[in-house]
Parts: sequence; C-alpha cells; structure tokens
Amino acid sequence: MQSNATLEYDYSIVKLYMWTAVIFGIVGMTIGVLIASQLAFPSLNYLLGEYGTFSRLRPLHTNVVIYGFTVSGIFATFYYVGQRVLKVSLAESKFLQALTKLQFGLYLIAATGLVISLGMGITASKEYAQMEWPLDALIVVIWVIWGIVMFGLIGLRREKTLYISMWYYIATFLGVAMLYLFNNAEVPTIFFSGGLGAWYHSVSMYAGTNDALVQWWWGHNAVAFVFTVPIIAMIYYYLPKESGQAVYSYKLSLLSFWGLMFIYLWAGSHHLLWSTVPDWMQTMGSVFSVVLILPSWGSAINMLLTMKGEWNQLTENPLIKFMVLASTFYMLSTLEGPIQAVKSVNAIAHFTDWIPGHVHDGVLGWVAFMIMSGIMHMSPRVFKREIYSKSLLESQFWIQTIGVVLYFTSMWIAGITQGMMWRAVDEYGNLVYSFIDTVSVLHPYYTIRAVGGLLYLTGVFMFAFNVFKTATAGRRLEQEPRYRSPMA
Amino acid sequence: MTSVEIEQLRVYLYVIGAGVVTVIFYYYIIYLYRSEKKGEKDYEKYGKLALDDELDSEILEKNPKLENDKKE
Repeated sequence: MQSNATLEYDYSIVKLYMWTAVIFGIVGMTIGVLIASQLAFPSLNYLLGEYGTFSRLRPLHTNVVIYGFTVSGIFATFYYVGQRVLKVSLAESKFLQALTKLQFGLYLIAATGLVISLGMGITASKEYAQMEWPLDALIVVIWVIWGIVMFGLIGLRREKTLYISMWYYIATFLGVAMLYLFNNAEVPTIFFSGGLGAWYHSVSMYAGTNDALVQWWWGHNAVAFVFTVPIIAMIYYYLPKESGQAVYSYKLSLLSFWGLMFIYLWAGSHHLLWSTVPDWMQTMGSVFSVVLILPSWGSAINMLLTMKGEWNQLTENPLIKFMVLASTFYMLSTLEGPIQAVKSVNAIAHFTDWIPGHVHDGVLGWVAFMIMSGIMHMSPRVFKREIYSKSLLESQFWIQTIGVVLYFTSMWIAGITQGMMWRAVDEYGNLVYSFIDTVSVLHPYYTIRAVGGLLYLTGVFMFAFNVFKTATAGRRLEQEPRYRSPMA
Repeated sequence: MTSVEIEQLRVYLYVIGAGVVTVIFYYYIIYLYRSEKKGEKDYEKYGKLALDDELDSEILEKNPKLENDKKE
C-alpha cells in the first residue's frame, strides 16, 4: 500500500468515460433532433432508405442516450466521486485498475454492437431493452465488473462511512442488476428450434400481460435506477463540492434515500393504467407514484437548501446555475409524473405527446444538465487545466434552458390537445375527429419541439467544444481547485 | 386454491408488507433523530465527506479494517 503523500487519484478511466459521454451525447441527441423533425416533416424519413426511418432511429436514439450518454456519465462520475469520498485511489490496486480498463473495452464493444444491431433493425422489441441476447449477456459482464470495482474500492477505503452518493451508486448497481436480469430473461430461439432462425434472435420468457408487467417494472425502474438514483448521487457530491457548502441536512438525505428505494419499485404499473393488468395493481402504481413526490422533493429541496446563504453563487458560477436548475427540473418532473399517474388524468394523458414531454423535461433538464455540469466540474481536476470559456458555458445554459422549455411546453399543449381530440364524441357518441385531424393540428407543436431539441443540441456541441478546448488549450493549473471550478 | 383466492392473497400480502415497511421507515426516522439528540451520533458531520475529499484530507472516521496497513 502506497503512502498518501506520493499517491494521487487515478483519473485515466474517468477521462475515457467522459469522452464517451460527450460523443454519445452528440450522437444520441442528433438522432433525437432528426426524429423530432421527422414527426413534423415526414419527408425526412426518406433520407437514408430503411436506415433513416423513424421506426429504425427511435430505439437508436433512446438506447444511445440512455446506455451511451447517461451510463458513460454514471461510470465517469462514479470513478471520480467513488475514489474521492472513499479516499482511495484506483492506483492502489492494479487489479481494480485493470478491471476498469477491461470494462471500458467491453463497454465500447457493446456500444458498437448496439448501434450496428439496432441500425440494422435487429431488436428484441422490448422498450428500453431492445438489445438482443448476445449483447444482453455482454452487458451483464460489464455490470458485474463495475460491481467488483465498486465493492473492491469500498473494501480498500480509508473513510469508514460511505458518503450518501455512494449509497446511491450502490443502489444503481444493485437495482439495475436485479431488474435487468428479470426483464431480459429470454430464450435464444436457435437452441430450441432445431437451428431455425438467426443465431442472435430470442423470445421473451414472458407473454401477454405478464410480459407487459415485467417490461414496465423494468421500464419505469430504468428511469429510477439510471435516470434518477445515480443522478442524485452526482448532485449530492457536485453541488456541495462546487459551492463549498456541505449538504443542508444529511439526515434528510438518508431518509430520502430509503423512501425512494422503497417507493420507486412499486410505481411501474402506472404505465399500464386502463390496461389488462389487475385493478389493484394499477391503483398501487397510482398511489405509490403520488407518494413518490415526498422522497424526490426531499432530495431536491435538500439541494436547494444547500445553497442557503450562498445564492450569490447562482449568478456568479454557471455550473451552480446548471445544478440548481437541474434540481428544479427534478422537482417539476417528479410532480408532473405523479399527476400523469392519477387514473383520471392518465385517461387523457396515456399515449399522448405529454408523455415524451414529461420524459424530456426530466432527462434534458435534470439528467443531462447534471451529467454535463459534473463533467465540467471534473474537467479542471482531471485535465489540470482551467475551464476554457465561462461565457460559452453561460450561453450554453441559456440556449439549452430555452430549448427544454420549448420542448416540454409544446408537448404539454400537444398532448392535452391530442387526448381531448381522441375522446371527443358528438351527440350520438360518434368520434368527432379522425386520427389525421389530430396530426394536422399538432404540426406546429411538433415543429416547436424540433426547434427546442435543436437548441438543446446546439448547447451540447458548445459543451463538447468547451470540454475539448479545456483538455487541450485551457490554462494549466498549478494546484487542484478546492471548491469552485476555475474558468476563463 | 383458486386463482381468485391467490389474487386476494397477493393483495393482502402486499398491504401487510407495505404496512410493515412503512412502520420500519418511520421507526428509522425516530431512530435518526433520537440517537442524535442523545449524543450517540452526529449525522451532519458526514456532509463534510464531499468537501474534504483529498487523499491527504483529514479522515473523518478511519476504516478500522485498514487502520494497520494504511498508517503512513
């Protein structure tokens, strides 16, 4: 074991995942803007033959932003935050260090496989779980390696107590592992069909309503354990560290953690309201979704109160702006979700554009803002250089904020309009509108959504440029910044 | 057991389970505040773990398992 005096945190793996987050962010969100534009202007479906259609690109968009951008962000921040709050360097264990590199190599293979297979239309046809069984198996290996490194670092830690962010990262690991195995239980057809069909094809082990239940148990908890839990882990570290303020209430962070863990797992059935799943299960999904406001707001309010007495930083530091707005969008999103999960509201909201509107105020405003601000916070520390441009970061913040607002407001209006039009009946009980009537009415909102997405994507390019320039041309730092990230 | 009975059993088990976990959760809240009031614990000091996170920062509570082999 090396002496602390000569030891440094090992950021080599952090840098690799930071770059993949940046690249997948650009790829995933560019596809997102393209498919949003296709909904407004259908002729854009025919740019690349079968490879450019909405149906082919939509799963590519969701998978690249979830498993490419977000998961890269989770790994990058974990390897950074984990080392620091445990006060142990990856350099202290060659074994763990080698495992991180192996994990990254396998991750790249899986990501390439994902892009190629989905691009070719090879899909397991399960929402957010479209990868076929060989890739599913590879993901399990990648995840297990992450677990070994995580618990290996915990075993080597100098600090006895695990900081709250570590609790959330552990929950991410365990939650996804459990849900992933259940949801992806599938039978590779070639082994049981006498050699018929393609080698990569599989069939889910569940059928009908059971399949739907398992699917949304996974689908909703992918939101929980990929889009919420690790992002809370990030904000509990980056906001206090960047602002120099300890978390407002550590006890509240513990209570919110257990509250979230207990409640989130039961809320998935709200995706199946008014369907063939048992009535009590639908009601349970609704009730737990509403109760979920409490732990969600517990964490978000804890973060806002962390800035108590230091609100001047909001105007002075763009990274604080990103994180405070992320926390606020988290509050908005976790209030909106439960409203949609109320059965009577869901009767109108289900299948409408209000749902992607809800998803995107969460993922753009909360998830991506936190990942980008986390990467920006880490940049001066891992590259030992000042952030290249503060004004670029400020401009990015406002452009992206306008983008998110345009996105979700247009989808609110579109969704409610759509829901009302689908249900409108005349005095004899006949439907007043045909489907195409709704499509015509929604065209302006789809256009606004595409513009909002384009603004957000512009911000992502600005962010990528800023990270790249920080790494290559930022002013060199003699000392690691303690709290506030230095920027030119 | 008929399928209706199994369905009812699931509901009862679910309601009882939710009740038990709720009680445990509220007990946890009481435990946190009571142990701090009695002076047995100080949870708020752990907030410092994010701020003092250099390898040479003072260690808040040493990991007893590594105390021997990590002494400088």
